[in-house]
Amino acid sequence: MGYPERVDPSDWVDRYGDYLFRYALLRLRDRSAAEDLVQETFLAALKNRETFSGGSSEATWLVGILKHKIADHFRRQAREGSLPDGDPPDRPGESPFNSAGHWQSGPVEWGANPADLFRQKEFLDQLAECLSDLSPNHANAFTLREIEGLSTGEICKVLNVTETNLWVILHRARMLLRRCLETRWFLRGAGKGS
Amino acid sequence: MMLSCKDVTQLISRSMDTSLPVGKRIGVRIHLLICRFCARYEKQLLLIRETVRRVVAAEELPGGPSAEALSEDARGRIRQALQSR
Repeated sequence: MGYPERVDPSDWVDRYGDYLFRYALLRLRDRSAAEDLVQETFLAALKNRETFSGGSSEATWLVGILKHKIADHFRRQAREGSLPDGDPPDRPGESPFNSAGHWQSGPVEWGANPADLFRQKEFLDQLAECLSDLSPNHANAFTLREIEGLSTGEICKVLNVTETNLWVILHRARMLLRRCLETRWFLRGAGKGS
Repeated sequence: MMLSCKDVTQLISRSMDTSLPVGKRIGVRIHLLICRFCARYEKQLLLIRETVRRVVAAEELPGGPSAEALSEDARGRIRQALQSR
């Protein structure tokens, strides 16, 4: 068995650039922010090359650095936008529930979904658009939970909210995202073919 | 106390992040037996979660479904930044 592979930094962009960019874009939904974080990741990696222990692949090491940059990015957004963003109450007529807490119009049956739904570019585009329609606070909480897979405790620290607060944010994010996907994808019959 | 659909949707979401107290868990299960909307809601949230997980895994492989790549501009910029260090 040889040593873990190391690529000369001059080849990093070709070797890892697209991979890191896709990773960042899926989480940030913003091309220029994703490009910036990829660049910052490479620069930090260059500065700290000796921290690459060789215990993992170089790609894994770079993603580890990128993860920190993404968390920092969310932390900054939470600091800058948390107050005005908050969690606005439903406007009248917007809540899916009546005053007794029953569905006014419940979720619609989505029908059969192709097993390769996750591989369909069109579905990914709709998912990204639906996430972008949420407030940054809701989209970031959902992203950290469902895409990054962080625990609620970790997310509370990044977004600087209490756990009870986070549950409310995640609940609302999931509800809005479900409704958006229903309207934009599942009811348009887009999910039927494959 | 009977849980409303509004309560149950909140609890469904929370159960995806933490384990519910046993009383609440039973209340939700009973409600889901008799309410097709909430049962559908839970099924759809779980489908979204599962699909997102698969998207994440697929995107980490070369040729991920989004087919996104760095633009030539960005490539050049990043190369330059790396060289100037």
